[in-house]
Amino acid sequence: MKKIEAIIQPFKLEEVKEALIKIGIDGMTVTEVRGHGRQKGHKEVYRGHEYVVDLLPKVKLEMVVPDARAEDVAKALADAARTGKIGDGKIFISDVADAIRIRNQDRGEAAL
Amino acid sequence: MSKTRGLLFLLSATAIAFGQDADRIKALEEAVHNAQVSADNAWMLTSAALVLLMTGPGLALFYGGLVRRKNVLGTMMHSYILMAVATMVWAIVGYSLAFGGEGPVIGNFQYAFMNGVGMEPQGSIPHLTFMVYQLMFAVITPALISGAFAERMKFSAMVLFTVLWSLIVYYPLAHMVWGTGGLLNAYSDGAIPCFDFAGGTVVHISSGVSALVCALYLGKRHGYPHEPMKPHNLVLSVIGACLLWVGWFGFNAGSALASSGQASSAFVATHFAAAAATVAWLLAEWLRNGKPSMLGGITGGVAGLVAITPASGFVRPMPAILIGLAAGLVCFFMVVVVKQKMGYDDSLDAFGVHGIGGTAGALLTGVFATNLVADPGGERLFGLVDGNAGQIGYQALGCVIAWALAIVGTLIILKICDLAVGVRVTREHEIQGLDLSMHGEEGYSFES
Repeated sequence: MKKIEAIIQPFKLEEVKEALIKIGIDGMTVTEVRGHGRQKGHKEVYRGHEYVVDLLPKVKLEMVVPDARAEDVAKALADAARTGKIGDGKIFISDVADAIRIRNQDRGEAAL
Repeated sequence: MSKTRGLLFLLSATAIAFGQDADRIKALEEAVHNAQVSADNAWMLTSAALVLLMTGPGLALFYGGLVRRKNVLGTMMHSYILMAVATMVWAIVGYSLAFGGEGPVIGNFQYAFMNGVGMEPQGSIPHLTFMVYQLMFAVITPALISGAFAERMKFSAMVLFTVLWSLIVYYPLAHMVWGTGGLLNAYSDGAIPCFDFAGGTVVHISSGVSALVCALYLGKRHGYPHEPMKPHNLVLSVIGACLLWVGWFGFNAGSALASSGQASSAFVATHFAAAAATVAWLLAEWLRNGKPSMLGGITGGVAGLVAITPASGFVRPMPAILIGLAAGLVCFFMVVVVKQKMGYDDSLDAFGVHGIGGTAGALLTGVFATNLVADPGGERLFGLVDGNAGQIGYQALGCVIAWALAIVGTLIILKICDLAVGVRVTREHEIQGLDLSMHGEEGYSFES
């Protein structure tokens, strides 16, 4: 099993979700996160106080898929999330040792 | 004989007719008076409710949105608690000290515990209406100060402070400006006749200058100014500022104490000044920072409302726009430029907006006050535009007295509070936030 974590632009979430559903992915976890890579932040001014905001709002998707599907999923994700501009985000893929479905104790890929 | 009898009959018939006429005229006069009392009372009760709306939710939302999320309830509490505590002090002794007696500096105890304050009209409104209308001013004024000590004052100290501040600063100043025989009361032969229609001196200078003293005495928030202390929810602040704007119609137009032409004039002046100050602040910000901000817009609007307060019942609509423009620019300069240079932590700019805006408004009242609005058809000369240049001097003297009372009074009160309970929360409590450390609750809960 592989875990796929994608950090993407918030406004791309709907497109990415649609692309994943199209290739048959029906489980994912989404969180609102903040962060930055090479993208620079921006300046905000409140009554003359200047703040540089370098942690920008992003959305993180996490899903665990069977090994055989990891490549497809990552590609679909990257295609849907891309604008071609700096700040599009990253995808990380890692091995997962085991999975348990809490309802009935299924293990491994059967739990996905 | 029959002639005499006829004449007598005629005379007595006329007398009866006249008597009936006199009775009818008296009844008519009474009906007219009752109608006026009803009309004025309707507007004044509405105004009293509008002024309360300024404190809660108006100011509570405005200030609550400007602080960090960990202090949102503690900050809203600073406004809300005064709706309760300032009311009780007012009922017991406050109204009497502000509006009882005929002394130059402070009232007496004639109305203590609401003694002698009943439904009978005083002027054209019931005495109770006048009392409760003035109470709403005594509620919001100390609440305004809380912008300066936001995010770091102990709740117990805050309550003690505002009770003492009401007794030592607010009631005397209200009596001096509006009370019978008051030193600064232009309508009661005051030695220094000042025009303050709705509280530029009594409310805004007193609270704004006291706010600066609080900010200096308490010191900066930990981490100020290098740590980010962004407003946590400007949406709340926008709603709050809009409620302040609406409530201010009760504050200023209500200060006519009647449903009169002067009330309409004050209403228009209030609205025009708020509009002009909003535009002025936004233009200044746009030029300086490259972007006009929502926070700038609402701060400018409040600055305009503050500055027009003393002038609202005395000036014509176009001068109200000038006062608004001036207030927007002066307060922008104080908040955005001077405060940053000086480095004091007036957290929510109570001094920059209320102290400075109030002072600018008091002085400009001396320029633009006119009998065309204040006393149509009357002989009295009001401000410079009426040819009474000396009024500006009286207005300035009034400001000096209000500043002095606010500075000295607030310093003494802070010292007392510090000795009694300590004014500032511990470093741990400040970092944790006032919501949890002072009140044991959170504004935004993750679990629910």
